[in-house]
Amino acid sequence: MVDDALSANAEMDEQRPGRLREFWFYFRENRGAVFGLWIFTAFILVAIFAPLIAPYDPTAQFRANTLLPPAWQAGGSWQFPLGTDPLGRDMLSRLLHGARYSFYVGIVVVTVAASGGILLGLLAGFSPKWLDTLIMRLMDIILAFPSLLLALVLVAILGPSLTNAMIAIAIVLQPHYVRLTRASVLGELGKDYVTSARVAGAGRWRLMFVTVLPNCLAPIIVQGALSFSTAILDAAALGFLGMGAQPPTPEWGTMLAEAREFILRAWWVVTLPGLAILVTVLAINLMGDGLRDAFDPKLKRS
Amino acid sequence: MLKYVLSRIATFLPTFIGVTLISFAFIRVLPGDPIIVMAGERGLSDERYQELVQQFGFDRPIWVQYWDYLTGVLQGDLGQSFVTKRPVWDEFFTLFPATLELSVFAMIFAVILGLPAGVIAAVNRGKFFDRALMSTALVGYSMPIFWWALLLIIVFSGNLGWTPVSGRIDLRYYFPDPTGFMIWDAIASGQKGAVTSAVRHLILPTIVLGTIPLAVIARQTRSAMLEVLGEDYIRTARAKGLSPLRINGLHALRNALIPVITVIGLSVGTLLAGAILTETIFSWPGIGKWMVDSIFRRDYPVVQGGLLLIAVMVMVVNLTVDVLYGFINPKIRKR
Repeated sequence: MVDDALSANAEMDEQRPGRLREFWFYFRENRGAVFGLWIFTAFILVAIFAPLIAPYDPTAQFRANTLLPPAWQAGGSWQFPLGTDPLGRDMLSRLLHGARYSFYVGIVVVTVAASGGILLGLLAGFSPKWLDTLIMRLMDIILAFPSLLLALVLVAILGPSLTNAMIAIAIVLQPHYVRLTRASVLGELGKDYVTSARVAGAGRWRLMFVTVLPNCLAPIIVQGALSFSTAILDAAALGFLGMGAQPPTPEWGTMLAEAREFILRAWWVVTLPGLAILVTVLAINLMGDGLRDAFDPKLKRS
Repeated sequence: MLKYVLSRIATFLPTFIGVTLISFAFIRVLPGDPIIVMAGERGLSDERYQELVQQFGFDRPIWVQYWDYLTGVLQGDLGQSFVTKRPVWDEFFTLFPATLELSVFAMIFAVILGLPAGVIAAVNRGKFFDRALMSTALVGYSMPIFWWALLLIIVFSGNLGWTPVSGRIDLRYYFPDPTGFMIWDAIASGQKGAVTSAVRHLILPTIVLGTIPLAVIARQTRSAMLEVLGEDYIRTARAKGLSPLRINGLHALRNALIPVITVIGLSVGTLLAGAILTETIFSWPGIGKWMVDSIFRRDYPVVQGGLLLIAVMVMVVNLTVDVLYGFINPKIRKR
């Protein structure tokens, strides 16, 4: 992993000065993507500063005020702007804290899945045929299972908790990185600059991480954005099924599961956590589309 | 062509073995003694414990166990459910029609709306319709479908009272279900109102399960159409003065359909994953709900068997799509 980080740094230093600006130029073209970036930034800020912004502790119960509607509805009060849940907990505080869990899930899952996947993909691309085949067949096996089902079963083995849900989702998402990395590596290997590096005497590790990897990063970064949103969705789905974060954790999916029996009585306990998931995932997907277009117009087709 | 088919099958077999290995390993990697875990809180007498050890063959070497498992699987023996005591194989195929029925309707829903949406967006590239449709598609693509289901229930079942909340048919109706496909059986039963009831139960789950495929198909159709619309033969067709409807609907769409069909074929896994959530929310008695219930009931033979059958089904469908794709598109075969 250290190598990985180093190569990323090295890439930054060697960049032509205009590269980032060029990227921003294309990214800015896509208004949706910029909009997504703004929402995502807001989401990150909320995730970081939730304890400071939130009016109450997310698990504090105000038993005198259970199922209070949002402030603008009859019976609501500005004391609880978005109302309270069946246990009298402040919805706003819980939603704000929920951002932390989703952000945490996204970061951890993408980091684990991407670093593992990149490593395996590089290995597959550079190794002899038998090892390549072995790695790719293993990935095929993981991909044969519907992702959510495999994640569910893995959590059933490991025991339901947010950490285990993240491990399961990371395992399920990893093959996509392996395939993507391997495909780009194979595409790069035949190019002249690789041959010249080889002739110049670059060792295998240097070839892998310093020469080839930086040129494979664009699709991987796009995949990173897309799987960030998949991770959030899947973690919420697992939470909803009772296999992710456990109550009273204010994770959005878990909040939905807890609120299910009140759907016909109190719309806000159901609507708001889901809306939070949707807005976050949508913002990230918008950004992902923009990233893809900015990195490589040719990739637009998928 | 034969070579292509054989090479696809050659990659199928090791994956199949791997999948059986994973499902075989499942019971054995559960933390603690699997038999104690499966017995749950009731506990076990010593004799019963020994009996179960024998029944599962845990006293024999691991490779013998795997061999027995594999030969059993190939003969359709996936063990028995702890809860119902019925063979897992039978349970799976009793419940499967419910999932298949729901998936087929969801796919029809997705294709009927997704294809035209993609075509309209591509033809109006960059204009209002394109933006509106593609924004909607992105929302659908980002949708947490378990929440979407709850929203639809609030609006259509709660506020409007149009659709029922759960199940496949109203309890008033009872008839034999020889095929397991509720709509079909309802028609065959000839009972008044049964078909309407079955259809009404199907509406919300269909929308929920079809939403993500709908978004994917719309996006895929749009990009495939855009690619095709740039081709020379389309320009020729325009120059010949063919009507736009004929050009877009016939000439372009026909070629744009190939990647779209692949996407449809490959979304079986997505559908099954979606079925887990959809069936759980709507109490739809299919294999998705069956798997979730079995996980919660610690009915591990069912989880093990279901996992294997679902994976094999996905693999077989993907293989079929691959081979069919090879038939349609000769370029693929050459690789």
